Amino acid sequence: MRKEFLFILKNFVRMAILMFLVSIVAFFLVSVSPIDPLKVNVGQTALGSMSQEQIEKLSQYWGTSISPVRRYLSWAGDFIRGDMGVSLLYRQPVSRVIGVKLSNSLLMLGISWLISGIVGFSLGILAGANRGKRLDKGISAYALITASTPAFWLALVFLMLFGVWLKILPIGLSVPIGTEAAEVTIRDRILHGILPVLTLSITGISSMILHTREKMLEVMESDYVLFAKARGETGTQIVLGHGIRNILLPALTLQFASISEIIGGSVLVEQVFSYPGIGQAAVTAGLGGDVPLLLGIAVISAAIVFTGNFTANILYGIVDPRIRKARNNI
Amino acid sequence: MLEERKKILSIKNLSVSFSQYEGAFRWKNLLAIKDLSLDVKEGEMVAVVGSSGSGKSLLAHSVLGILPYNATRNGEISFYGETLTEKRMRELRGKEIVLVPQSVSYLDPLMKTGLQIRKGKKDESSRQKSLEVLKCYGLERDTENLYPFELSGGMIRRILISTAVMEQPRLVIADEPTPGLHIDIARRVLSHFREIADEGAGVLLIIHDLELAVEVADRIVVLYAGTNLEEARASDFLEENRLRHPYTRALYRAMPDNGFSAEPGTQPYAENRPDGCTYAPRCEYVQEKCLKEVEYRNFQGGMVRCIMAGGEIR
Ligand SMILES: Nc1ncnc2c1ncn2[C@@H]1O[C@H](COP(=O)(O)OP(=O)(O)OP(=O)(O)O)[C@@H](O)[C@H]1O
Ligand SMILES: [Mg+2]
Repeated sequence: MRKEFLFILKNFVRMAILMFLVSIVAFFLVSVSPIDPLKVNVGQTALGSMSQEQIEKLSQYWGTSISPVRRYLSWAGDFIRGDMGVSLLYRQPVSRVIGVKLSNSLLMLGISWLISGIVGFSLGILAGANRGKRLDKGISAYALITASTPAFWLALVFLMLFGVWLKILPIGLSVPIGTEAAEVTIRDRILHGILPVLTLSITGISSMILHTREKMLEVMESDYVLFAKARGETGTQIVLGHGIRNILLPALTLQFASISEIIGGSVLVEQVFSYPGIGQAAVTAGLGGDVPLLLGIAVISAAIVFTGNFTANILYGIVDPRIRKARNNI
Repeated sequence: MLEERKKILSIKNLSVSFSQYEGAFRWKNLLAIKDLSLDVKEGEMVAVVGSSGSGKSLLAHSVLGILPYNATRNGEISFYGETLTEKRMRELRGKEIVLVPQSVSYLDPLMKTGLQIRKGKKDESSRQKSLEVLKCYGLERDTENLYPFELSGGMIRRILISTAVMEQPRLVIADEPTPGLHIDIARRVLSHFREIADEGAGVLLIIHDLELAVEVADRIVVLYAGTNLEEARASDFLEENRLRHPYTRALYRAMPDNGFSAEPGTQPYAENRPDGCTYAPRCEYVQEKCLKEVEYRNFQGGMVRCIMAGGEIR
């Protein structure tokens, strides 16, 4: 019991350190950015027509007149107390903005993540179990091609194909333009989510296929599979009984580690489909110099990624008897 | 009496070759087993001895049809007089013909041993059977819930053997079941195989240790560089001059009780196997004629592949 507690505590400390580092790096990047948030958000002409006093007030609001270190410290102090600050662009608490954007993204990202994981795993097993056959060659070729396809390019292609030429799917936004939030139907949400999900699943699938296939080949060449054959087990029995058992674990790890990739991919894909999710908010915040929002997003996504890896660690301990028992015996 | 026993396994002129790429374009054919013949009768235990790389495991894998995909098998293998085709092997293996593999790597590292003994079956009667088998080999009931990494070398051996007796096999092929075991345990393990043979099945025992082979087996087949040089009765190993081949005699002299004298030289690998007698480069009696193909022939109740047997070797 104490061991488990220590294990979790250690991971939380690690997560805190990571979030701290991420926020520092993000902060540093925004402060060295040549973009002047005042000029971008208030506008050159508007600034020109203001009095020095007004500009002074504005730059205090945007933080450009305060030293970066002090700005960071005051942000961090508030953050620890649970206050993520106010988004400069949206004029709303950062936590509210992130909440809305994240809920837009989460379902889309989650579905893409599940699809690419499950489909990739199944295809990888099929390919590995049928080494050298046509099925294997087809699946591997598919994986290699999508591995080298940039997500944003594929997004553009889909947009042209389904949105512009075939006109069967909407070209952007998570809801129809000009619709009240209350009138948005599930159907709307699904229709608008299809293309982003498709793009993210297709590009995210390749690493899972290639990795699973590789592990499956290893298993199929192992002595224990040879012995299973010698004992009269059939191909299906071997794949189901020994194959999956031995590759599930590394696949799970990869799947949870791939959360970072899918969040990274969402930035570009949401941009292309003008999908108002967390990725797009990150871009807007970065370009507009909205430091509190950008920091908030950076830290929250780091936390999500870290939670993914942490989950993988815990699952490993639950599923792999070698690790589970070693942990209990120390 | 012995002649009336039925032949369970009969292998005639077996050869196994591997096709490999040599460099980028050239194909190379590597003959790992060449012209190997032996048979196993009901109730009989035949030991196959030979040093590492002589082709013992390949012999076992040939009979089970589990050679690697780049291997080609030639020659005739039959089971109770019926030719063993790939299809027939698939039907028989795991039921009539069982393998006791060489090492722990043949167990699934993530599967509990009990489940492995009963091939993943979960029904109660399989479970009872597997518990009986565990008990029979002196393993605790709890062993069924352990993973391979939690077992000692000796326990692993016994688990591997347990897998064989879950069925009623007519032929057991055991690939080096004893290395790493204390001599007493090794003897006990072999006595289990002896019992299986005494109950009427055939046992093909692949083994490094000639001394143990002589103790427990009925006949001994000597393998060298992928071919067999001699087949002798276990009792022939009581005296050097009952043995037929110079290599077997060298093995005899290398046994702890007989002087422990190791012969100089090493076994050639498949790619530079000499034409004719494979032992010729190391043989003290070598002659011109040894460099041509040598026939495997009947001699004094056994078999030998040497032109000199009965001549100068006395
Ligand atoms: N997949 C393979 N490809 C090429 N050559 C192989 C392959 N497997 C085995 N060989 C060759 O066949 C020969 C016999 O191998 P085998 O495993 O049967 O030896 P062994 O007598 O069982 O040895 P040991 O006592 O070490 O188990 C070796 O020389 C080896 O190099
Ligand atoms: Mg071997």
